Amino acid sequence: MSKENFTFAVFSENKAGLLQRVVSGFTRRKINIESLTVSESEVPGIHRYTIVVEGLDEALVKKVCTALEKQVDVQKAFYYRESDIIYREIAMYKVRAESMKEGSPGLAIVDKHHARILSVEEGFTVIQKTGRREATQALFVELEPHGILEFVRSGRIAISRPMKQLKTYLDELALASTH
Amino acid sequence: MSTTSQQKTEANPTTTERITGSEAVVRCLIAEGVDLLFGYPGGAIMPVYDELYKYKDELHHVLVRHEQGATHAAQGYARASGRVGVAIATSGPGATNLITGVADAMIDSTPMVCITGQVPKDLLGSDAFQECDIIGVSIPVSKWGFQITEASEIPAVFAKAFYVAKSGRPGPVVIDITKNAQFGEFDFSYEPCTNISTYVPRPILKKEKLQEAADLINNAEKPYVLFGQGVILSEAEAELKALVEKAGIPSAWTIMGLSAMDTDHPLNVGMLGMHGNYGPNVMINQCDVMIAIGMRFDDRVTGNLSKFGKQAKVIHIEIDRSEIDKNVKTDVAIHGDAKEAMASLLPLIKEQQHESWLQEFRDCDQKEYEIVIKDECEPTDSTLTMGETIKKLNEVTGGNAIIVTDVGQHQMVACRYAEFRQSKSNITSGGLGTMGFGLPAAIGAKLGAPERDVICVVGDGGIQMTIEELGVILQTDVHVKILLLNNEFLGMVRQWQQLFFDKRYSATEMVNPNFQLIAKAYDIESNKVSERENLSDSLKKMIEHDGAYLLEVMVGKENNVFPMVPAGAAVADIRLE
Repeated sequence: MSKENFTFAVFSENKAGLLQRVVSGFTRRKINIESLTVSESEVPGIHRYTIVVEGLDEALVKKVCTALEKQVDVQKAFYYRESDIIYREIAMYKVRAESMKEGSPGLAIVDKHHARILSVEEGFTVIQKTGRREATQALFVELEPHGILEFVRSGRIAISRPMKQLKTYLDELALASTH
Repeated sequence: MSTTSQQKTEANPTTTERITGSEAVVRCLIAEGVDLLFGYPGGAIMPVYDELYKYKDELHHVLVRHEQGATHAAQGYARASGRVGVAIATSGPGATNLITGVADAMIDSTPMVCITGQVPKDLLGSDAFQECDIIGVSIPVSKWGFQITEASEIPAVFAKAFYVAKSGRPGPVVIDITKNAQFGEFDFSYEPCTNISTYVPRPILKKEKLQEAADLINNAEKPYVLFGQGVILSEAEAELKALVEKAGIPSAWTIMGLSAMDTDHPLNVGMLGMHGNYGPNVMINQCDVMIAIGMRFDDRVTGNLSKFGKQAKVIHIEIDRSEIDKNVKTDVAIHGDAKEAMASLLPLIKEQQHESWLQEFRDCDQKEYEIVIKDECEPTDSTLTMGETIKKLNEVTGGNAIIVTDVGQHQMVACRYAEFRQSKSNITSGGLGTMGFGLPAAIGAKLGAPERDVICVVGDGGIQMTIEELGVILQTDVHVKILLLNNEFLGMVRQWQQLFFDKRYSATEMVNPNFQLIAKAYDIESNKVSERENLSDSLKKMIEHDGAYLLEVMVGKENNVFPMVPAGAAVADIRLE
């Protein structure tokens, strides 16, 4: 079976300890989590975990997903191939003020990569770039020779292509829970 | 699992009363119908113990000798009674000592609520005396867990804990309560939990799947039922019997499914698995439709998955969605409760007989009898065997006792040869394989089913892992019968060393204490037998004795358990010798 990258979307109420329970679904199978982002979803009170794993068989991913969904406090768990989602990461780069002077190569690089200057501070400038991993990495590679003082990249966030809404799933679940 | 036995809720849940958190804990337990719990006191749980003292007429506390014993006793209690087992311990080491039992209950789907004390909220994370993050520790091995830091959280958390423990696929729940929450006062009222919006314990059956399953069964020439503990947990014994009788299907039990059907039912063909019966294993690769009910295709059942029943269409009736397609790919998945599923399936099933197919199992039985069972159960040399001991035990109990086992050779022999005439009669650590499970689980089983004879079949290795629980028998006067099969070896490991490690008996020979003197020290009647002519009478005496009893049977030191599917081998490659 071929190895692929997968993105999980796990929905739950925001409760202490649940993150550990969700992560345990991966660690017990020695699956390394590439990135993990948690934030509130479109449904009030429901949080969305976006978890990226790399180079796995779909069969295993499916087992992880059903095991996650079985957790008492987890509403729904989905997994997606790269083609099933629209996804982005955000990266921030802290560089010396002089590398971003008028007419400097730094500024040209920022333009070329459609990045933007987020903040100009005493002695340093913060650049922001949103995109896929390759895009934020390409900017990193070009800026590096000019000196990067600090770099941070967020975990992936992803929107799924299927049109069924979370609210519909939750209504179905609430109905089934009283059976 | 039925909830009726635990629905003894308080008359008027809406009235409130100002009480402490620790009293609320006890009141919640009583409201859930709990009248017995197993535990060990300590600093962080003392306020609750103070309330247990006040409520001792309504809630009986059994003092174990080690917290692990509390969990196994709670498991034995749960499995014998069908109710939720409750264990209680203090923080830190008291709590960590529960973990083996929690993991055991998780893998064997046993409803259990574990209550632990915790350091006060203000000290959390400070490495306070006897502080341990027990919820963090227990997350990977529990069905659910919650740390209570305010008294007012207690009723809702306890209600949810009992609901989660016993519903769906049952399992263990851990409730950790900080000491300040035990002291805190609040307005108490209790309402049982009847649903959780994120949790579907009883999936809605899909009619089309039932019909697809029925079509497969009705057209099968060699249908084969594999059933597990799910049948017992959903109390579906009658539905199973009706289904297999109507369709004339040979049926094998997993180790956890033992006693869900009578041993001598003509369609009961025996046990699956590594040390199961010959026919049930080899017929996996002969059947055309496999109907798995409330079982999870454990690796000890399937052996090499790529050579497991590949020719068969697979129907899997299972309440836990994550078990479907986990190990064996299913053709028809019936996601739901076993009792409901089989009751719905029954009218769709045609009446049939599969006599020649059943005969194939009987032919295998004959072969197994000649090569394995005859020597094991009717030995001609002077050394006693485990098999003949269990066979003789059957004669004494009539197959009506609850058999609790520990883990190892004696477990496999007991599961192979013990006879059952009623459900919930086999209590063993199947999934986790926890040595030390037997003795405390037997104590719990006897307290959960006091009207029944409870036999703890145990080896000389396993009994020493939790032998301190003899103290419970002494203090609480539990009439457990301990059948110690002593081969002066860690027998199963020794068997593997003999077969797969060229007889290098690394750390498996046991220099044992005098078990008779130990029994005497605990004021437990005992006897030791090494001669065949005394075996039956000794067993009879053990059963008839009005009180706890330890019967030590000296069995062959280097006897092996056969048949055996070597680890990783195909079920078809089962070895008879």
